[in-house]
This record gives sequence, C-alpha cells and structure tokens, in this order.
Amino acid sequence: MLKNITLGQYFPGDSFIHRLDPRTKLLATVALIAIVFVAQGFSGFLLIAAFVVACAASTGIHLKFLVRGLKPIMFIIIFTFVLNLFFQTEGRELVHWGFIRITDQGLRMASFMAMRLILLVVSSQLLTLTTSPIALTDGLESLFRPLEVIHFPAHEIAMMMSIALRFIPTLMDEADKIMKAQKARGANFETGNLIQRAKAMVPLLVPLFVGAFRRAEDLALAMDARCYRGGAGRTRMKQLKFGVIDAIAAVAMLLLLAGVIALNKLNLF
Amino acid sequence: MKNTIIEARDVCFKYEGASTLAVDHVTLDVAEGEFLAILGRNGSGKSTFAKLLNALQLPTGGSVKVNGITPANEDDCYEVRKSCGMVFQNPDNQIVTTIVEEDCAFGLENLGTPPQEIRSRVDEALHSVGMSEFAQASPSMLSGGQKQRVAVAGVLAMRPRIIVFDESTAMLDPIGRRDVFALARRLNVEEGITIVWITHFMEEAAMADRLVVMDGGRIALEGEPRSVFAQTDRVLKLGLDVPEIMKLAHMLRERGVALPDDIMTVNEMAVALCQLK
Repeated sequence: MLKNITLGQYFPGDSFIHRLDPRTKLLATVALIAIVFVAQGFSGFLLIAAFVVACAASTGIHLKFLVRGLKPIMFIIIFTFVLNLFFQTEGRELVHWGFIRITDQGLRMASFMAMRLILLVVSSQLLTLTTSPIALTDGLESLFRPLEVIHFPAHEIAMMMSIALRFIPTLMDEADKIMKAQKARGANFETGNLIQRAKAMVPLLVPLFVGAFRRAEDLALAMDARCYRGGAGRTRMKQLKFGVIDAIAAVAMLLLLAGVIALNKLNLF
Repeated sequence: MKNTIIEARDVCFKYEGASTLAVDHVTLDVAEGEFLAILGRNGSGKSTFAKLLNALQLPTGGSVKVNGITPANEDDCYEVRKSCGMVFQNPDNQIVTTIVEEDCAFGLENLGTPPQEIRSRVDEALHSVGMSEFAQASPSMLSGGQKQRVAVAGVLAMRPRIIVFDESTAMLDPIGRRDVFALARRLNVEEGITIVWITHFMEEAAMADRLVVMDGGRIALEGEPRSVFAQTDRVLKLGLDVPEIMKLAHMLRERGVALPDDIMTVNEMAVALCQLK
C-alpha cells in the first residue's frame, strides 16, 4: 500500500530538456510563467501552447502524464472559468437567461484564465518530470546562493531537502513494517469511519516519529564524524555548468517572449 | 616498535546527569597499523570510548591523543575526525544523500576538496570496497552489507589513518558481516590503516591482532585474543561468551584432558587431540 507512492514524478530520459542545467530549467519555467501573463490575445496563447507542446513532445514523455497532472486542479480551472464567465458583465451580450448573462468579454476573460492555469501547470510539470529531485535541489541551492549575503539559509534548506528525499523511502519501509506489526497484533487500519481510522493511525505514527528522531540523532552524529560544519568552505563533486544547450534554451525563451509581444502589438485575435 | 597513533591516558567520560562513569580511567595505546578489537557487552562503555577516539565526545577527565593531536577546540576536533574515520552501527542512519557516489563524496565536500580530486578519490574508494557498479544507485536499494561498504567508502575517500568500526556488523546478516569484516581486514593489511573494531561478536574479536575486553567502563582484560580467551573463566564471568571451540577445550580440560591453553581453531583442536596419548 505504501510502496506505490512515487517520489516527485521524475521521468528519466536523455532529451534536450533532460540534459539542460537544472538552473536553466528553473529559470526558464519562471520565465515561461511570466510570458503566460504577458500574452494578451488568443494568438499569443496559441504560440505559447505550441511551444510547450513542442517541448513536451521533445522529452519523449507520454502525454497522459501531463494530462494526469491536470486532474487535481481541474476543479479550480472550471471554477475560475465559470466565475469569470458569469461575473464579467461588460461587452456584447451573448446569452441572457434568467439571472445568467454571458458576454463576449466574459467568455474571452474566462478562456484566458483557464488557458493560463493549464499552461502554468503543464510547464511546471515539464520541469519536475525532466529533472531529478536531487538535481532540482542542487539547482535551487545554487540559484539562491547569492541571497546568503542577506543570511538566507540556501545551503541549509537544500541540505534539509536532500536529507528528506534520502529518508522518505527509509521511513516508508519503516511505516510498512510497523503497520504489519500492528496488524499482526489485531490493529485495524482499513474499516470504520474517518475518525476511527484517524485514531487507528496513532499506534502507527507514534513509533514512526520516535524512530525518525532516533535516526535524526544518528545521522547528525555521522555527519559530524565526516567533518560536516555547514555550507561555508564546502565544495561539490558535481559542479553545475552552463553549456551550449543552455544558451540555446535561453535564446528560445527570448524568441518566445518576442513572439508573444509582437502578437500582442499586432492584436490579431 | 611502531609509532603509537592513539594514546588514551586515564580517560574518563560521564554523560550529563549520569551517576556513574561511562568510561572509567581507561589507559590504552594503539600502534599504527594495528587491528585492535574492543569487546564488551551492552553498556560496557565500548561505544562511548569509540566516540572519544573521534572527538565526537570529549573526555571529562584524562586525555586522548589521536595522530598527534589532543583535541582542545573545534578546529582540533575537525583535524582528529579527518584522520580518524568512523563507521557506525545502523547502515541506514549514516548515509546522507540519495546517490551512492554522492554520499561517498560527502566527507570530501565538507573538507573543501577540489571537485576533480573528489571525483578521482570517490571512484578509487568505491572501487576499493567493490561498489563501483553501484555508484549511481540509490542507497535504499542496497542490502545492509552493501550500505556498510558504501559507508566505509565514504570514510576511505577521506584517506584516514584510523577507521573505527562501532559495531558495524551488529545489524547485518552473516554474509554481510563476514564481508565487512574481511574488508576491514584487507584495508588494514593492504593500506596499513589502523583499525579499531568494536563488537560483541567473539568470532570477530578472535581474529584481531589484539583484544581489549571492557566491562563497566574499564578495561577488564587485554592482550592477544588467544591469551584473553584462554582465561575462559574470567571471560565467562564478564557476561561474555568465548568461541565454541575454546569452550569445548575448556570443558575438556575441566574433565582432566590435558590440552594446551590457547586452542582457538578446529584445526588446532584436532592436532592437539591427536597428540594425546
């Protein structure tokens, strides 16, 4: 039951996007999100959508993974669509039925919002699907390093994230073991109402927490023994390096931004 | 006489709030290149003593000099830990990262070693413990024995003069146990690394160059494993076992069979028995 939880959703591969420096991918995702908000017309959205679909296709990741990622936020998309549809009352009237009044402006705004949300989710998914959690952590650490001047704990946060990633499978195994042990003693995790089931989790969580604290203590000792003393003066075996492909990606993002701005100016549709 | 690499003088250690000393006036020298086993039951102070060797704990009395340094401040502790690596009991709780080779690099990264040098030393260390093919694997996929070998590689990459194994085989299956012990033995013989092997397994202790038995924070017996185990009565009184074959020899002697005191292997037993008239 606990075995099938996958960590993040990294999809290993060797495509152009897979090989990009994690920092490039992080920055490009932020840029893409900004560009989504720059677009003012359908033509702009179409261009961005075409770009995202092309990126997705180049990674070799099956479309169903991207669509699956949209499911949890489907409700939000529909909700904002409907809200925008009904409450934007300016513009030419299309439908008037009782208190419901739909205008062309409303329809336009609502579609824009829905498309923005979809593009946001799909593009950030492309990031997590093509970047391993550890590369993502390294990228974040390196991007936030300049903020250490103002005492932002970039190294500590990255270290915590990677230790968490390291121990999730270990703790899962432990939870599984404890659960079996409790079941063998007659515990029941599967039936009953919500409150009963939540209560049944207590004998699982208490030993799990105690175990986690013990592990944390051991790990701290082991890190001390290997001369760990924070981020200062630390080097890394794997250096992040920007390469030619990162430059290509940067140019592609700039071209996309230019294209969207041009389409805004042309005001096609 | 070889150089002394660890000099413990009248070392005491008391945990905060405890009424008794966990380590009680221990004086012990370890020679460079020696394979020393420390044997004792739970609570005998052997693990605490191990932490004193690595400056993870500082003695509350007496002194510990490791590789010429008596740690007084944080920088000294750091130096001591550089020359004296440690492999712990629980294989899961000492691996820091999600990829084997990155874990191996952890210590060197902490020391600020240049990246190219880390790379070559990590490859070398993984090769030395026979884990090269798992360099990219996730530690959670490895067996206990393999995880311990990764932990040894992580220590080895830092090129220590001493490695302390603090009950590193206690949580392993027999195959993993044999594996890790053989690895420590090989590092001792081939690389000349001083090994302090802390254990409660007689069979492992019997294979060391020298054996120290701890009880109640003190050194109860010391010497070559052969001569220590020959004092079968005293060892049993300390709540420890002796290797099966020695127990047999002891029982036979009690029944009046004239056997030498220092039989340790089945072979020696067979030879001794055949020489009886």
